[in-house]
Amino acid sequence: MALFARTPRAPLEYAKSLWMRGWVLAVMLFLYLPLFVLMAFSFNDSKRNVVWRGFTTKYYAKAWENDQLWDAMLNSLTIAGLATVFSLIIGSMAAVMLWRFRFPLKSAVDGTMSLPIIVPEICLGVAFLVFFSWIGWPSGLPWPFNLTAIVIAHITFCFPFVTMVVRARLATFNREQEEAAKDLGAGEWQAFRDVLVPHIKPALVSGALLAFTLSLDDFVITFFTSTPGTDTFPVLVYSLVKRGVTPDINAASTILIILTVLLTAVALKFQGVKALADAH
Amino acid sequence: MTDSKQPIIQIRNVTKRFGKVAAVDNVSLDIMAGEFFVLLGPSGCGKTTLLRMIAGFEVPTEGQILIDGQDMSRVPPNKRPVNMVFQSYAVFPHMSVADNVAYGLKIAGVGRGEREDRVKEALDLVKLGGFESRMPDQMSGGQRQRVALARSLVMRPKVLLLDEPLSALDAKLRAQMQFELSDLQDEVGITFITVTHDQDEALSMASRIAVINKGEVSQLATPSDLYEFPANRFVADFVGSVNIFEGKLIIDEPDKAAVDCPGLGKVYLNHGVTGPHGADVWVALRPEKMYLHVQGAGKTVEAAAKDAPEGHNFARGVIKGMSYLGDITLFEIQLESGAMIRVSRPNLSRHDQEDFTWDDKVSMHWRADSPVVLLG
Amino acid sequence: MAEQDWKQQKRPFAAVSLTPLFWTLLFFVIPMAFVWFYSFGRNVGLTDIDIVGTLDNYKRATEWLYLSIFLKSLAVAALVTLICLIVGFPVAMAITFASEKWRPWLLLGIMLPFWTNLLIRTYALMIVMGQQGYANKGLEALWGGASWLKTLVGLQPMETWEPLPLLYNNFAVVVGLVYVHLPFMVLPLYSALDRLDKSLIEASLDLGAGHLKTLFKVVVPLAAPGIIAGVMITLIPALGAYLTPDLMGGTDSQMIANVIERQFKRANDWPFGAALSFLLIYAMFALIALQGMRKKTGEVK
Repeated sequence: MALFARTPRAPLEYAKSLWMRGWVLAVMLFLYLPLFVLMAFSFNDSKRNVVWRGFTTKYYAKAWENDQLWDAMLNSLTIAGLATVFSLIIGSMAAVMLWRFRFPLKSAVDGTMSLPIIVPEICLGVAFLVFFSWIGWPSGLPWPFNLTAIVIAHITFCFPFVTMVVRARLATFNREQEEAAKDLGAGEWQAFRDVLVPHIKPALVSGALLAFTLSLDDFVITFFTSTPGTDTFPVLVYSLVKRGVTPDINAASTILIILTVLLTAVALKFQGVKALADAH
Repeated sequence: MTDSKQPIIQIRNVTKRFGKVAAVDNVSLDIMAGEFFVLLGPSGCGKTTLLRMIAGFEVPTEGQILIDGQDMSRVPPNKRPVNMVFQSYAVFPHMSVADNVAYGLKIAGVGRGEREDRVKEALDLVKLGGFESRMPDQMSGGQRQRVALARSLVMRPKVLLLDEPLSALDAKLRAQMQFELSDLQDEVGITFITVTHDQDEALSMASRIAVINKGEVSQLATPSDLYEFPANRFVADFVGSVNIFEGKLIIDEPDKAAVDCPGLGKVYLNHGVTGPHGADVWVALRPEKMYLHVQGAGKTVEAAAKDAPEGHNFARGVIKGMSYLGDITLFEIQLESGAMIRVSRPNLSRHDQEDFTWDDKVSMHWRADSPVVLLG
Repeated sequence: MAEQDWKQQKRPFAAVSLTPLFWTLLFFVIPMAFVWFYSFGRNVGLTDIDIVGTLDNYKRATEWLYLSIFLKSLAVAALVTLICLIVGFPVAMAITFASEKWRPWLLLGIMLPFWTNLLIRTYALMIVMGQQGYANKGLEALWGGASWLKTLVGLQPMETWEPLPLLYNNFAVVVGLVYVHLPFMVLPLYSALDRLDKSLIEASLDLGAGHLKTLFKVVVPLAAPGIIAGVMITLIPALGAYLTPDLMGGTDSQMIANVIERQFKRANDWPFGAALSFLLIYAMFALIALQGMRKKTGEVK
């Protein structure tokens, strides 16, 4: 009965109590079991996600040949990449502006810039739909220019997150470091580059990760700004799920999950588990 | 009630391992009721772990702790008749001073009337009367500590545990609190167990001190015994400032002993040390126990060490460093052997500090009861 | 830190401020303003909208049909938040007090779903909760086991198992929203608990309080900022949720976002959709103002 012969537990070692462990285990199962089932069924030799009919990789082959899927993936990654770069630039600028300067209507500007974080996605989506139709945004441009509207929308809701992360990091900046740099002969720009930028670097990394994830993940806003030929991966999956399940989604989803885990592992290798955890 | 002869706390062969490291290694201690007991040691020596095991926040890997004769192995901290004052004070920031102090009483189900009386009494005891409705963030560190003290004392514990109680205070306040804590302990008559790394604090407050080193009790003694008769090099060095010289025991009789130290010279003691003849030993000599003279009057110096045979208990050297500390001046002296020794000298008059200066040749002597021979 | 007046450093100020200000104005303020103006408009013909300053759209939005959907969305969001809080709090506690070795991995376990695509996660949950999915299979096995136990002690076996309709109803929407938002609740709770001075908990235990009393008298009050943050970060997106009710809900599980979507994509009644959108935004503002008030009273106290 080794399970019950508990060694005495110090009072604050809550994580060692059995019911706590059971609870965490149950939550983890709840979070991960569906994903594992999905991944398992991507190898199932049946059109429906119900009974196991033997192992196959044919849906991976089908997914591989599915041009729609490839286009959607390419669109998603292009949008996410562009949105990340621009969000990083605009977001950091806004963070430095709000941190460094005193100017008229500052609190109004501050509030407005963080609004896209709070405003429900559906409202933002609607706003972009109205905006782009009113100005008569041209549709049917050649790739990648047909993605411009979506990229603009994504930048708009991603950059405030970057601002938030960078600003939090700036708040911990010791101004004396900058003064020391100037004392040692650095100019305004050099001090900025040599002292401030290295200080906010971790925030830039986690801000970029955040923006990339948010953009890649977004469905609602993209759904309202997409035109024919600009379907992203989430929009494609949505329409397939709506129409009824096709097993290629299982395969494509499995690949995306594995890619997520791999990317996380790479980030871990560079940042370490703790730094990555702290980034949130 | 508790008999003052019976130990209120018995620590029996307690060991605490974190992984493979033994933070506390087979410690046995008896602490008597009414004592002001201090656990003294450098940081990481295991003294805080020992205190936390008494409070119940850590579970011993081996051994037993008894409070008032009862085994505490299965007793959680909230059921133990001891209370703790934390190093960070742990005053609840979301409660007023009065609510903080009343917290334990409320949980114990003490009625409103009695509770208010006891809170007031406890706050008066720590000189915080009138601060009832203050919030902790409106108070200074010293005041917060008094709140923590009152909060624990109001529970009338059998033993009060204090974890580094003075470490977060500035030097002046610390000196004042040392006296106040001693007075308080006299007044309430509760056993105090304090953990500290500060030897001044330990010496000034304790009735007994256990010096802890690497998880083991190095010496258990009263403050003056600890200072004057350290049991080993660690204690001699940790408690106060000391010069230590290696040597060989050449005479060891019941009423006298002599050690030949290559670094210092011949050292004579007017009592025996019960060590094996010819053994390697160490001589500890405190800086304030030496007399400093201008050199040249060599004869008179040798004669000054009257209680020792000729050629013993004196040395010559050159002043290499001086620091004037106000009440005393500390000299760094290079002996003829090349070894360095530290000598302190009280500034009895305003002109004392002018007597000696850098590169002066000096000699010094000490009394035969001043050196301590250490076997380990 | 002293902020600098923009007038003293006009060039650096212009360098960092023009782009974000311009962007926010053009691509956020103006589009939102369009929606706001539309909400006072009227459909003229198929595509034209006249902004006539009417309040008809708002009047229609407060009819019981739409008001009830609003209230229902609020109730669902509140329920989801409550479940996330109850489920997430012990998890956050466990992470906080886990050993140094385990803590980062547990955190990673909570964060990985955040990085996994929302649609994939929803879809995966739908597979498990389907009519013949594993949730139903598991329940069937339990049912069968219980039935077998009954025959063992000589009782009548239970009726044969009827698969539960787990999907396409309100229950599925709640489970789906909890599934999606749980990590968002755990992280702020964890960061609040992690900042808590552990000796406060020890002090409470030391003064005689049990673990449960300590939890409610010390841990919860001191973790309140984190709890509020977690509640807001769950409640607000749950209130505006579109995808989960759309995919996992039934005909009666529409939430407000689904109604808004319909006005724009199918019913083609943009002014009414705009009014609903702004009502949703006002509801968010009300929630945030409520939180702000709580904060203020806390500070005064």
